[in-house]
Amino acid sequence: MKIGVMVKNVPDTESKIKLSADRKSIEMQGVKFVMNTYDEFAVEEALQLKEKLGADTTVTVFSLGPERLVETLRTALAMGADAAVHLTDPAFEGGDSIANAKVLAKAAEAEGFDLILGGKQGIDFDSAQTLSAVAEFLGMGQAQVVTDIEVGGDNTSLKVRRRIEGGDEIVDVTLPAIISCEKGLNEPRYASLPGIMKAKKKEIKKLGLSELGLSADEVGAAGSGTQVVGYSPLKERPPVKMLEGGPAEQAKELVRLLREEAKVL
Amino acid sequence: MRRFDGFDYMDIDAQLSEDERLVRDSVRSFVEEMVLPEIHLHYDRGTFPKDLIEPLSKLGVFGATINEYGCAGVNNVSYGLMMQELERGDSGVRSFASVQSALVMYPIYAFGSTEQKDKWIPAMAKAEAIGCFGLTEPDYGSNPEGMITTAVEDGNEYVINGAKMWITNGSMADVAVVWAKLDGKIRGFIIEKDRPGFEAKEMSFKLSLRASDTSELIFSDCRIPKDNILPESGGLKSPLMCLSQARYGIAWGAVGAGMACLHEAIEYSKERIQFDRPIGAFQLTQHKLADMATELTAAQLMALRLGRLKDEGKVDFAQISMAKRNNVRKALEIARTARTVLGANGVTGEYHAMRHMCNLESVDTYEGTYEIHTLIIGHKLTGLEAYT
Repeated sequence: MKIGVMVKNVPDTESKIKLSADRKSIEMQGVKFVMNTYDEFAVEEALQLKEKLGADTTVTVFSLGPERLVETLRTALAMGADAAVHLTDPAFEGGDSIANAKVLAKAAEAEGFDLILGGKQGIDFDSAQTLSAVAEFLGMGQAQVVTDIEVGGDNTSLKVRRRIEGGDEIVDVTLPAIISCEKGLNEPRYASLPGIMKAKKKEIKKLGLSELGLSADEVGAAGSGTQVVGYSPLKERPPVKMLEGGPAEQAKELVRLLREEAKVL
Repeated sequence: MRRFDGFDYMDIDAQLSEDERLVRDSVRSFVEEMVLPEIHLHYDRGTFPKDLIEPLSKLGVFGATINEYGCAGVNNVSYGLMMQELERGDSGVRSFASVQSALVMYPIYAFGSTEQKDKWIPAMAKAEAIGCFGLTEPDYGSNPEGMITTAVEDGNEYVINGAKMWITNGSMADVAVVWAKLDGKIRGFIIEKDRPGFEAKEMSFKLSLRASDTSELIFSDCRIPKDNILPESGGLKSPLMCLSQARYGIAWGAVGAGMACLHEAIEYSKERIQFDRPIGAFQLTQHKLADMATELTAAQLMALRLGRLKDEGKVDFAQISMAKRNNVRKALEIARTARTVLGANGVTGEYHAMRHMCNLESVDTYEGTYEIHTLIIGHKLTGLEAYT
C-alpha cells in the first residue's frame, strides 16, 4: 500500500503571536514552529499501518511551504517515514486552503497513493479545508475526524470510526481515499535517536511549479478565491477582582457589584 | 506557568545542527511527557522509575554514541544534549543513562573481546540487560588506585573478593563492570549478578538522588570464568577513561538541571504577587535571575565547546574536569538561588528546584569531587601535582 501523509508546521502553542504593523499578517520572526498536532497522529497512523501491512507499504510525507518545513519533514522521516517531498516555489506564497490543495493534489496524483492521511485541521488557522479540497481535486472518497482505522482484508477498503456528537459513526471507505485524523487515533511515537540518524541520510525531494506542471495563476495568492485582509486580537479581559471578607460579606459585595457595576441584575 | 522550552539567551541553537536539535527536542518531549509527571513521587518514595527503562531504550538513549550493534551513532554534542534533557527531568534518570552508556557499554565496547561486545552491547542497548560500574570502595573514593578488591587466578576462573560502594543501578543491574587488582594491576571484569558470592544491597536513607538505585556490591569468593576479564583493560587509566565519558555527560546534565531551576524561578517570579507586584519586578529578584542566567549561559557554552572538541577527537580529560567542576557547582548554586526565589513553596516537591538542589549535592561529589577536579586543573596549569 502506498500511503501519503500531508503535514504542515504551526507555531508552538507556547509562542507569543505578534501581528505585523499593518495587521495583515503574523510576525514569523522568533516564532518556534513544530509539526501540527493532528498531523502527528496522521504520521503515526501511517507508520503503524506500515508495521501492520509489511515492507511493501511505503510512507511518503508531503508539505507545502517555506524552508522551515524541512525540519518538520525531517522529524517525520526520523519517526520512520520512507520519503519526503517539499513543495516549494515563490509562486505558492499567499495561497488559501484551496490554492494550496491544488498543489498538494497535483503532487499526490503523481505518486498514485492508495491512502492519504492528514490532521483534521491545522491548529494555526483552523480552516480544516485543505484535505477535503485535495480529496475533491483527486476525486477520492474521504472520511473526516477519524479516531480508528481498520484495514479491510484485501487492502482495498477501510473501516473507520468518526467522532460525532455523542458517539462514533462507523464508515466503510473504498480506497483510494483521504482520511483526516483526530486526537485519540493513536499515541505518536518519539523520533528515536537511531531514527534521527537514519533520517539524515534520506533525501527530501523538492518540487516547484514547473516540476508539478502548474501555472503561476492557479496557485498561491493569484490562485486564491479568498484573501485575508486583517487580523484583530480579542479584547483583553479585565483583571479579576478578589473580594475580601467572610462569605456573607463577599456575597453581599458580589450582589452589589453585579447590580451596580456589571448591571446584570 | 509557561511550558519549559529550554533556555537560550545567546542563541546557542544556531550553533547546533538540524539532527542535534531533533535529538534534543525528541528527548525533551519524552522528559516532559514521561518523566516529569511522576518523578517527584518517585523522589518522595525513594524509588527509581523502572517503567521508564524500556521507553528510554526505544528512544535509543543507551549507548547512543556507538555506531554499530543497533545503537544510534550520534555525535558527542547530541549525546550531551540528550543528557541535558534527561537531567532537566531528574539527575537520577540521567545517572541511570550515564551509567548504562558511559560506564558499562563504553568499557565493554572499548576494552572487551568481540564475544563480550556481541553478547552485551545489543542487549544493553535494548535494556534487556541493565549494567552498573564498580570502582569506588568504602575506603577508596578519590583515591581509587588504593583499592583493595582483588582478583586471583584459580584454574579457569578468577576469584573476586572485596566491596564496592555508591554504585548507581547496583541492585537493579544484571551485570557489573567491576575493577579489581589482579597481581597488583587494576583490571576490569564482567560479573553477572547471579554469580555465587556476588551480593548487592541498596543503600537507604539517602537525602539526594532519591529517584536512583544506589547500592553496595559485595564479593565474597565470587568465581567468574576467565573469559569475563576485559582483555584490553589495564591499569587505572582504563576506569578513568570511562569516567571521562561519564563526566562529559555530567557537564551537560548539570546544564539541564540548571535550566529547569531557572525556568521555574523566572515563571514563578512573574506570577507570585507580593506588595501588589510580581516578585520578578523587584530588583533583588532580578539580580538573582540575572546571575543565574549568566552562569547558565556560560555553562552551556562550555559544554558545547567541550562537545565540539570531543567530536574532533581533541578533548583532554583536564578540559572535561573544568566543565564538570564548573557546570555542576554553578547548577547547584542556581538550584539553591531558585529555591530562594520560590520562597516557602520552594521546599515542596511540587516544585523542581529543591529536588534538583539535593540531587546536585551528589553530582558535585560523584565522578570526581569538585576538589579533585580543582587539583586536576591546577596540575594542568602548573605541571605540579597536588593530589597527595
